[in-house]
Order: sequence, then structure tokens, then C-alpha cells
Amino acid sequence: MTIPVLYAGSGILLFFIGLHALLIRRHLLRKIIAANIMGSGVFMVFIALGARGDSAVADPVPQVMVLTGIVVSLCFTAVAIALAVRIHNLTDCTTLAADEESSID
Amino acid sequence: MTDLLVSQHWFFWMTLIPLGAAVAAFLIPAQARWIGLATALVLPFFALAGIAATLITEGQPITGGGWPTPLGIELRRDGLALVMLAITALVGLIISCYAIGYFPARGHHHSRTRYFWPLWLFLWGGCNALFISADLFNLYVTLELVTLASVTLIALEGGKAALTAALRYLFIGLFGSLAYLLGVAVFYGAYATVDLTLLGEMLTGSRLDHAAMALMIAGLVLKSALFPLHFWLPQAHAMAPAPVSAVLSALVIKAAYIVLLRLWFEVFPSLDTIAVGHLLGLLGTVAIVFGSLLALRQERLKLLIAYSTVAQIGYLFLVFPLARNDTMATAWVGGVLLMMSHACGKAAMFMVAGTIHHTAGSDRISRLAGAGGPIGVLVVVFTLAATTIIGLPPSGGFFSKWLFINAALVTGQWWYLPVILSGTLLAAAYIARVLGWAFLDVKRSSYPVIPWVMKWPPLVLALIALVFGLIAYEPVQIALLGAPVSGPLLIGVRP
Repeated sequence: MTIPVLYAGSGILLFFIGLHALLIRRHLLRKIIAANIMGSGVFMVFIALGARGDSAVADPVPQVMVLTGIVVSLCFTAVAIALAVRIHNLTDCTTLAADEESSID
Repeated sequence: MTDLLVSQHWFFWMTLIPLGAAVAAFLIPAQARWIGLATALVLPFFALAGIAATLITEGQPITGGGWPTPLGIELRRDGLALVMLAITALVGLIISCYAIGYFPARGHHHSRTRYFWPLWLFLWGGCNALFISADLFNLYVTLELVTLASVTLIALEGGKAALTAALRYLFIGLFGSLAYLLGVAVFYGAYATVDLTLLGEMLTGSRLDHAAMALMIAGLVLKSALFPLHFWLPQAHAMAPAPVSAVLSALVIKAAYIVLLRLWFEVFPSLDTIAVGHLLGLLGTVAIVFGSLLALRQERLKLLIAYSTVAQIGYLFLVFPLARNDTMATAWVGGVLLMMSHACGKAAMFMVAGTIHHTAGSDRISRLAGAGGPIGVLVVVFTLAATTIIGLPPSGGFFSKWLFINAALVTGQWWYLPVILSGTLLAAAYIARVLGWAFLDVKRSSYPVIPWVMKWPPLVLALIALVFGLIAYEPVQIALLGAPVSGPLLIGVRP
């Protein structure tokens, strides 16, 4: 097993660990962290697959893509935290409440 | 004159103008609505100019800054991009006019007005950028732009329900796009390109390719809310303010679908897609029946329309099993036609629902009882818009269903016939239920006066949706420019 494959495999593992937590955990901050871990896993796969063997120079394109991806995930995290704080302030609750139909009229 | 028309990069401007206007609207909140309206008025002309320029130059792809392909970012000017840009410009203009009336400049909802315009313009720019993107990674970034803007728009209402719906939508969107991005990473690792055309030529059909395809399709299906991954849609769409619901249902859902459509016909053909097509067709079938049945049971007008969107998404996914060798163009055109007519019809329906909510103080369907006066007009507009959702001639919905049925008959997949017919029947039923309440003979107290911008713009869209089938020939011809499909357009089928 070469090192890039090892990294790519760990990246996929991270993706699924994050996915598991995103689906199972109820606390909003945990969900946000889980989403970030998923993102990091995907980025790791990108970087690892861009390594292109031991002798060759690493492909720079995946690194650029990951940079863009990090910016996107930062924006999402910021918005998610803002929404979570707002929900906490409004309801004193740190989970996504079960659907309540027709709660406003 | 012609040189000027051809030399301008209209599609760059169609992306840059809304984004620039969004920044301006954010910095100058007092003028935000006029900045938004000016942008909305300009963009349809840019779309027309772009179509004219492309018809002259026959749609050669352009690259950002004129760099050659591997370095410069390629932009598409094919038919699909053209018609989507045009329909977005049209629907966007009407929604912007409506929003001027819906979000008053003064009053206690001041902050909603302030944030609606920048976010909506960001969303618009993101959609336009997505339509002209030609590589997997750009599609990812633009899809994220669209999702982020829609999340914040859903949260605009500020209540607990709206915030919860927004946060749930954010998690769903993030999950969907990360699954998609993982697929992109696998493709890039194997082929070192993200260009759609190059990738389509290079795919070898290995197991890894199929895994990447599965990841990407799963992510995009989640984002376009196909059954059983539709659970987030009704709450998100029903909680948002009316112009936002209209945007979400008319445009945002289509953004993820367009990505899937491009991938399916340009990248995936060399892979083994028949089983996946049948699976998507099956899910689409369930979405049509289940979404329509749930729409029939809703007590609130906006939720009814939202579930109707779930059903209409089901039709869109029938394209994938129906597009075989002979029927490829037929099914593809049916899907594009349905996207366009659904965008017009559904936007009009959500705007009408918003006006009814605004006027009657509630969007419960039972509150429509004995609707007359101003509400009566709205119910008529609602019905006109609903013709395309049901699929009555001469609406665009009718022609796209006709094309689907022909494709189903030619490919021998007759079981889609009862699905489409029962979907039509159920749609007629849930629309008739609204009308049934509206025409009850009950005396009602008088309603407040509705500003005209909240009454007449939806009518324009409803009329366009109604007669779209009659004027669809030209748009369809434009859509087929450089389309990845070939074959005749099967209008009539002999058994």
C-alpha cells in the first residue's frame, strides 16, 4: 500500500465517520463539527490523489481546488454557527426540534 | 452592430452584474430595491443579446480571460445554458417586481427588506454561473453559492420554524455537495481532468468510475429533493417568504438537476447506467404518486404547492430511464420543457399563495372559502398557473408529458404511462380541492387592498406558463443547439 492510497483511504474513512456523526448526533455544534470532518476527509482524498507517485512533482490543481473548498466550507460553517446560535437564543434548545406543522399562522 | 453583439461576453456579464449588484445592494441598503429592480430589468436584455450572439457564432465554448483550456476556465454557451439563463431572467424579473411589493421599504419588517435583495441577487448570479459552467469543480462551487444563498433566504423570516428549516437545509445541502465532491476527487485522481467533455471521452468504465458516479448521483439527487430524499423540501419551501419560495421552487431545485442532466448525458454515457436509470425512474414514479397524494392532504396552501413540487421533480427524473438511443432527444427535450414551464407555473403559484396569505391573514385552504373580490382574481391566476402543473393543453407541462409518453411507448416502458396519467389526475384533484373551497357560497368580510405589484406580475407568469406549449418550438430549437443528445423529436407515435 503506497502512502497516497493510505491517505486517500483515511480520507474516505473520515468522510464516513463525519457522515455517521452528522446523522446520529443531535447537538447542533456536533453536527457542524461532523460536517467539517466530512469536508476534511474529501479534501484529504483530493490531495492524496494529486500526489502522483513518489518521483513526480505533486499536481498543484487539487491543492488549488482544496483551497477553494476550504473557503466554501468556512462560509458554510460560519452560517451554520450563526443559525445555531440564533436557534439557541430563541428556543434555549441546541437540537433541531421535530417538525411542528402549522406552528405559525 | 453585429460585431458588437458577438464580441461582448454577455454571459460573463450575466454572472458578474448580479454579483456586483448584490454587493452594492448590501452596501447601500436604502437603495437596495432599486438596485435589484434595475438588475432584474437589465438581465433579460443580456439574455436575449447572448442568445442572438450565440446563434451567430454557433455556440463555441469560451474560456475565462482567453487562456487555453487546461489553464483557463471553460464556459459553456450551449442551448441548455441559453434557455436556462433566459427563463431565469424572465422568472427573476417577475419575482423581483413582486418582491418590491412584498417587502415594503418601511415598517417592522425592515431588516427582511434589507437582506432579501443582496441574497437574492447573489443567488441569481450563482444560478447564472452554474448554467454556463463546464467543469465538475466549477459546478460544485456554483452549486454551493446557490445553496448558501438559499439557506440564508429561508432563514429570512427569522422565526424558530424558519431557522430550523434553514439549518436542516444547510446540513442536507452540505452532505449532498460533499458526496458530489468526493466523486469529483475520484474522477480527478483517475483522469486528471474535471472538464465535462474530456472526462466523457476518457472514462473507461472501471469500478472506481461507477463508485464515483454513484456518489455524485446520490449527492445531486439529495440536493434536488427526489423521493425519498425530499423530506427537507416542504418545510423549507413553505416557511420562506413568498418570493423566496418562488425562487426556491422555480430555480434552486433545477440547479442541482441541471448538473445531473449535464453529467448524465455528457460524462456518464460510457458507464453502465441502465440500472441506475431504472432506479431513478422508480424513485421518480414514487415521488409523483406520493407527492401528489400528500399534496392532496395538506391544509395549507403553501405546503400543498411544496408537495406538488416534490411530485413535479419526480417527472423530471423520468428523463433518465426514458432516454435511450432513439428517444434520447425526445426525453431530454421533455425534461427541459418541463423545467421551463414548471419554473413559470410554480413561481406564479407561490406568489399567488403569498398574496393570499398577505390578504387573508392565513394561507389555510379553508380560509379561501367564499373567496371573492380581490382574492377571486388571485384564485383565477392560481388556476391558470396550475394548468401547466396538471398538464392541460396548451401548457408546456402538457407537451413535456406528451414527449415523455411517446418516449415511454417507443422504448417499450409502458408502465410509465399509468404513472404519468395518475400523476395528472392527482394534480387535477389537488388543484380542484383548492378551487372547491374558493367557490363555496359563503359570505366573507372585505379584504384589505392588495398593491398591484403583488397581483399582476404572477398573472404574467401564469399566462406564459399557460401558452408555453404554443411558443415552445423556438426555445426547444435553441435548447438543442450543441445539446449532447441526438435523434428525432417524436411528436406522434404509431404503435
